[in-house]
Amino acid sequence: MSVTTKDAVIASGPSRLSLFWMSTVGKKVLMALSGIILFAYVVAHMLGNMQLYLGIELINGYARLLHLNQGFLWSARIVLLVAVGVHAIAGIELWINKREARPIPYRSKENIQATTASRTMILTGVIIAAFIVYHVLDLTVGVAHAGPYVHLEAAGNLITGFSHPLPVVLYIVAMIALGFHLWHGVYSMFGSLGLSHPRYTVGVKRLAALAATLIALGNISFPVAVLTGLVHG
Amino acid sequence: MSANGHGGMKLTLDIWRQKNASDPGRFVRYQVAANEHMSFLEMLDVLNQDLITKGEEPLAFDSDCREGICGMCGFVINGSPHGPTHGATVCQLHMRFFKDGDSLTLEPWRAKAFPILKDLVVNRAALDRIIQAGGYISTRTGSAPEANSILVPKESSDIAMEAAACIGCGACVAACPNASAHLFTSAKITHLGVLPQGQPERYTRVLDMMNQTTAEGFGHCTLMGECEAVCPGHVSLEVIPRMNADFFKGSLKKRDPKAVAGGA
Ligand code: HEM
Ligand code: FES
Repeated sequence: MSVTTKDAVIASGPSRLSLFWMSTVGKKVLMALSGIILFAYVVAHMLGNMQLYLGIELINGYARLLHLNQGFLWSARIVLLVAVGVHAIAGIELWINKREARPIPYRSKENIQATTASRTMILTGVIIAAFIVYHVLDLTVGVAHAGPYVHLEAAGNLITGFSHPLPVVLYIVAMIALGFHLWHGVYSMFGSLGLSHPRYTVGVKRLAALAATLIALGNISFPVAVLTGLVHG
Repeated sequence: MSANGHGGMKLTLDIWRQKNASDPGRFVRYQVAANEHMSFLEMLDVLNQDLITKGEEPLAFDSDCREGICGMCGFVINGSPHGPTHGATVCQLHMRFFKDGDSLTLEPWRAKAFPILKDLVVNRAALDRIIQAGGYISTRTGSAPEANSILVPKESSDIAMEAAACIGCGACVAACPNASAHLFTSAKITHLGVLPQGQPERYTRVLDMMNQTTAEGFGHCTLMGECEAVCPGHVSLEVIPRMNADFFKGSLKKRDPKAVAGGA
């Protein structure tokens, strides 16, 4: 294929994608898109774990099922890794940029309608990132597990792990952080993608708050169930 | 009733004083006597008379129309852009909202993109450059067009008029925890983007204006809504998702204009 002048002109200068990434608006769109993937995963992950309440054999069978097809497993892992990578890098770059955008802070600054959740997105995000690393080392790889780790014994590993106070505390703190992150994140995601209309804004805010609360409480129920003996080996 | 029985009040003001762009600046404390019938800016005029009488440098602050329409005035009072009443410019703020003995902190808009020129006066030329980056719209100038030649749906004209209430004062940037200019730029993009006259350049305009906004060093939008809470034009946060949608579409549609002009 010969290179025309037109191709040469198009090739010069940054690509559309890198222009998109360089813009604060484009980065937020990518954060929202990766946020959707992560949100869908968080919901699916929690629902999957709910099988703990239906019987230990069921959830162990589910864990084995997920590992049956390695191609599927690794595809999902790669999608999630890319999503969390794009999301976290964009979030951190935007945060660095906004700190530079106001080099001299106000002596006092009133908050009129910004929620706590919306003002702590970077903090809750970093807590989630740290938790993801710990969580994988704890229950997927097993090296950070409190107590004996048995590969593919999902329920058993949960029960041995949550019999120790430190994993329970770390887990609950991270889920509270996730709840706050999604409280604002799920609402903000719609706006970043341009899906917004005054008539639905209040509803979207309520939906985000509800989803965030259910996800935090649903996940916190697992260590509580182990601690109270509701689920046992 | 206060001290002298005429609504008189004594205020303590901590005001940001900065000689010029290179001076690091600092807060200086002043006492001023005012009464509830004054506007806030008149109270500062009184302070300046005092300073001039004492042979000190008067306080620099911007104002022009003092009617809340030109967008020239603005600074931060106790952490609130345009002061505690929200939704009006500082020239529309009256001393009846304060009481004897109040302590107020006055600061300029704080953003890298708004360099301080002197005291409470900042350079908002970045907003002008964003407008310039938007370029022209293909509309016929000259004699007034026939009224019904371009039909504008009522809803579009309402949205456009609401967005056009932006007077470019910069309070949205000042209020935003991220020092973002999204409310300003999105208001400008919306008031042209929803009208038929704004369609030909709709998508190039949003890309050019938003890229200029990023280049000026403003922060990003996290949809916290601090901007809409202080906007004297009551521009709604809704203009931002509208801009986001156009930016996304524009990025997908974009052709390199140079390539087209090259015409190979
Ligand atoms: C389970 C994992 C996560 C989920 C489901 C999630 C979800 C979301 C969603 C939906 C948003 C809103 C995006 C938007 O406004 O368009 C968001 C924003 C944000 N996320 Fe996450 N997130 C996750 C992990 C992380 C991690 C690991 C970080 C890392 C540092 C992070 C940092 C941020 C920040 C800083 C924002 C605010 C962006 C801004 O408006 O400045 N998030 N998140
Ligand atoms: S001086 Fe014109 S708006 Fe305040």
